[in-house]
Amino acid sequence: MARIDVKKTYKLYIGGTFPRSESGRSYVVNDAKGNLLANAAQASRKDARDAVIAARKAFGGWSSRTAYNRGQVIYRIAEVLEGRREQFVAELRASEGITAAKANTFVDAAIDRLVWYAGWADKITQVEGTANPVAGPFFNISSPEPTGVVAVVAPAGPLLGLVSVVAPIITTGNTCVVIASEAHPLTAITLGEVMATSDLPGGVVNVLTGSVAEVAPWLASHMDVNAIDLTGVTDVALSTSLEVAAADNLKRVRRAPEAAVDWLATPGLDRMTDWLETKTVWHPIGI
Amino acid sequence: MVKVPEKATPFFAYAPAPESRAIVDIAASYGLFIDGEFVEGHAKSFKTINPATEEVLAELSEADETDVDLAVRAARRAYTRVWSRMPGSERAKYLFRIARIMQERGRELAVLESIDNGKPIKESRDIDIPVAAAHFFYYAGWADKLSYAGQGVNPQPLGVAGQIIPWNFPLLMLAWKIAPALAAGNTVVLKPAETTSLTALLFAEICQQADLPPGVVNIITGAGSTGQALVSHPDVDKIAFTGSTEIGKSIARTVAGTKKRVTLELGGKAANIVFDDAPLDQAVEGIVNGIFFNQGHVCCAGSRLLVQESIAEELLEKLKRRMSTLRVGDPLDKNTDIGAINSAEQLRKIRTLSEIGEAEGGERWSPPCDLPENGFWFPPTVFTGVTQAHRIAREEIFGPVLSTLTFRTPAEAVEKANNTPFGLSAGVWTDKGSRILWMANQLRAGVVWANTFNKFDPTSPFGGYKESGYGREGGLPGLAAYLKGTD
Amino acid sequence: MASAGAFDDITASESSLRRFLHGLPGVDQVGADARAAGLGTRSIKTTAKAFAIDLAIRMVDLTTLEGSDTPGKVSALAAKAVRPDPADASCPQVAAVCVYPDMVAVAKQTLGSSGVKVASVATAFPSGRAAIDIKLADTRDAVEAGADEIDMVIDRGAFLSGRYLQVFEQIVAVREACGEAHLKVIFETGELQTYDNVRRASWLAMLAGGHFIKTSTGKVQPAATLPVTMIMLEAVRDFREQTGQMIGVKPAGGIRTTKDAIKYLVMVNEVAGSDWLDPDWFRFGASTLLNDLLMQRTKMTTGRYSGPDYFTLD
Repeated sequence: MARIDVKKTYKLYIGGTFPRSESGRSYVVNDAKGNLLANAAQASRKDARDAVIAARKAFGGWSSRTAYNRGQVIYRIAEVLEGRREQFVAELRASEGITAAKANTFVDAAIDRLVWYAGWADKITQVEGTANPVAGPFFNISSPEPTGVVAVVAPAGPLLGLVSVVAPIITTGNTCVVIASEAHPLTAITLGEVMATSDLPGGVVNVLTGSVAEVAPWLASHMDVNAIDLTGVTDVALSTSLEVAAADNLKRVRRAPEAAVDWLATPGLDRMTDWLETKTVWHPIGI
Repeated sequence: MVKVPEKATPFFAYAPAPESRAIVDIAASYGLFIDGEFVEGHAKSFKTINPATEEVLAELSEADETDVDLAVRAARRAYTRVWSRMPGSERAKYLFRIARIMQERGRELAVLESIDNGKPIKESRDIDIPVAAAHFFYYAGWADKLSYAGQGVNPQPLGVAGQIIPWNFPLLMLAWKIAPALAAGNTVVLKPAETTSLTALLFAEICQQADLPPGVVNIITGAGSTGQALVSHPDVDKIAFTGSTEIGKSIARTVAGTKKRVTLELGGKAANIVFDDAPLDQAVEGIVNGIFFNQGHVCCAGSRLLVQESIAEELLEKLKRRMSTLRVGDPLDKNTDIGAINSAEQLRKIRTLSEIGEAEGGERWSPPCDLPENGFWFPPTVFTGVTQAHRIAREEIFGPVLSTLTFRTPAEAVEKANNTPFGLSAGVWTDKGSRILWMANQLRAGVVWANTFNKFDPTSPFGGYKESGYGREGGLPGLAAYLKGTD
Repeated sequence: MASAGAFDDITASESSLRRFLHGLPGVDQVGADARAAGLGTRSIKTTAKAFAIDLAIRMVDLTTLEGSDTPGKVSALAAKAVRPDPADASCPQVAAVCVYPDMVAVAKQTLGSSGVKVASVATAFPSGRAAIDIKLADTRDAVEAGADEIDMVIDRGAFLSGRYLQVFEQIVAVREACGEAHLKVIFETGELQTYDNVRRASWLAMLAGGHFIKTSTGKVQPAATLPVTMIMLEAVRDFREQTGQMIGVKPAGGIRTTKDAIKYLVMVNEVAGSDWLDPDWFRFGASTLLNDLLMQRTKMTTGRYSGPDYFTLD
């Protein structure tokens, strides 16, 4: 008799642990051919709330780590992802119905993207910071600092798209709450497992699966979320209403892209600079 | 033993030293500055007054949607036909020219600013006008160097910028907005605050003197509805606003779902933190400058004094003594330190919050000072015995009212300083270098002044965290806010 | 409010004195300079200006401290001190003439009972580089010759190497040698360099019993400046807060114009308070300043600009 395989239960990733949705709900995730892949947790507003609390709690520690250390941790994520590449290739093929070659391309690019951002951790300050020659006896510098807790509606590319939006957020010292692609949520949770085993402190990245339309408004209006990335929002009306809600505490908003994004292209700095604040410090120069 | 005189020498009373008003020539009425000309507005007019005397200065047009549309069309035409095509080096020369004319007409601008705004002439003369000119000089030099601005090799302007500025630093805020926008190749429609439009209108005249191509700068006067029309106009590519957090939020909602870019420079409730090892006399100056500069009409004002418990009493005594030497009165008197509150409405707000401060148990103190009968005045005021829970410790008063709180440890100071939805600025006073740097790291604010306060410079980025807004003005980030990257 | 005795613990040892002086609040140079410059922008007009000019004249320590001084020069200067403007009897006389010890008798003789005081520099002025016995002898000499006021210099070498107690004890000894004469303590702030040092020197001199603290000898640049004087005014203000005692302040050297003098008076008024607007508590150590004050005074009274030919050169 053939061995019965052990199926994986996909849960949420909040504060470094993998809880089920407090609501007890789940939803069916099918593969590209319409067959059942798994049940994913369907996050509720309370899960979103818990995820924000976890992200806020992690922010102080993560943002005050040295940039060098953050680079090391992100590089470690790349290492662990490389070690589990076969699993991701298989998951991508199953959920998106793409060829092995294509799946390999995405996994390679996701790993390389993490390496690229890992290298940015201790350079972005030098590129974005300025020494300001003010007209007076003052030492004056401006340097970028992380904005805080960023809510993210992840794009459909279940691995490369997700890594491409999350990596710049955490590279710059922010923490985040990510709503995974509604149609392809499973890879996001598997990526959570990679992060949980990569020295990334719990709470720096939190992953919710479920309905974007249900959960995103709670994050958009949450007064302890500092910014929101709408990259994965495809519904124009939803996108606008999320931006309106975000104004309640003046969240920094990255709007949904106007055209399809080529995730394989080398990114610019904007996904990092969108989540950075400039702090200017003045001090007199005297004896 | 040295004797102490029983009776003080007769007070060295300063005679009034008024700056002459003769240098300014205020017209009875002004139109809107659209496409290089002053034109009649389509709607009603409103009056602008001198807040120190309540005298009507001029009659201004309130731009309606039609006027706003005309201004935006003019700006669009100038953008596509002239300004965005002009080599940066030529744009630079216009900006340099404007800067020079502002210096040449500096005294006139300063007097007009003080008359219209109520701020002391020494501030408009020594700060507002020269720093405004300096902004044009600084950004003029950028116009032909945009490829070095960190936005890719060939960064592009955004298009037409709609700019709305407040009444606290009228010409200076105009410069913060217009100079980088023009340097980057944008054209602008700017709306000054309804109580302080006159220097913006004089600036329009300066643009004419500089032969700036028509439509590059358009100045439309009006109140909230004019601003709303500008923000909602579909052909505006960028909104830059300085003002209240409440209006900032409503702008953010209005532009939701559009392609408009936005920068917002909003309110604040800055902590000015004084440690027991601070250079005390300079800290007192910093506190005074932090809250009484410009009548406290400063978004980054150090309105919450956080003083270490061990020196609270001594510091407050020094502060009160210093406050007693502040001279409140005629804005045109060169010896005036504190001028008039900008409007009756603002005065009402300051009075109401101060009364609430007292009702909530804060102890209120002001030095004895005679306030003029006409006009809008409020004495420099300090509240002691304030806690984080008091409204005067949380809400922006935007007036010469200081709330004093105490702390015991650096961590407590940081916790209290950051315990606000705002995050514009903060001050730290201590002689210990490592503590300054630690505090600067911990404070969630866009500008941290250590052992100084309320310093501004064109090269130095300014702007807030959290509900104090987003985007930066000044320096390289201030330029980037008007450019599209090409990478 | 503490009595002077409350400071005995502070001056009990080198280490306690150092702890105290280094425990004084620091001075931020940029902030102090900005405040002083801000006070300098006060605009003084009409009656206030007339009051200020007469007050400034009454505060002048008319000074000649040259190797080439002669009895003739000193008595001419003393005559001018009593009657600065021979053409105008309403012009007040200056506070004092300030000379080297060997010229005290000459000055005294000319001044007579005019009320103008004789101030003498002493203690191996201007360097202060002599044994304490010689400094004390120098002081006694001047006092015996009739000096009402002694302007001593501190040992800047000792101060800068941290031997504060030695400086303190020397001031105490000179004060004793002064007898009835008032003691002004010169810091030579141009050599102390930092405002922190100026503040420490001020407290040191006040604790040691100096009646006046004075910026400079006039022989070292920079001499008196607005910010240095402001630091000293803050010190006397704070000392009065703590002890009830008033100490005078004397900027000396480099103050040449009426405009400068008025800036100092504004500063005295706003930093220390109007109690110090009195020749008993504030002096200008100057020579050429007096003529400019006189010219401005004439301009105020006649309404036209005057010229140097109308005032005596000394």
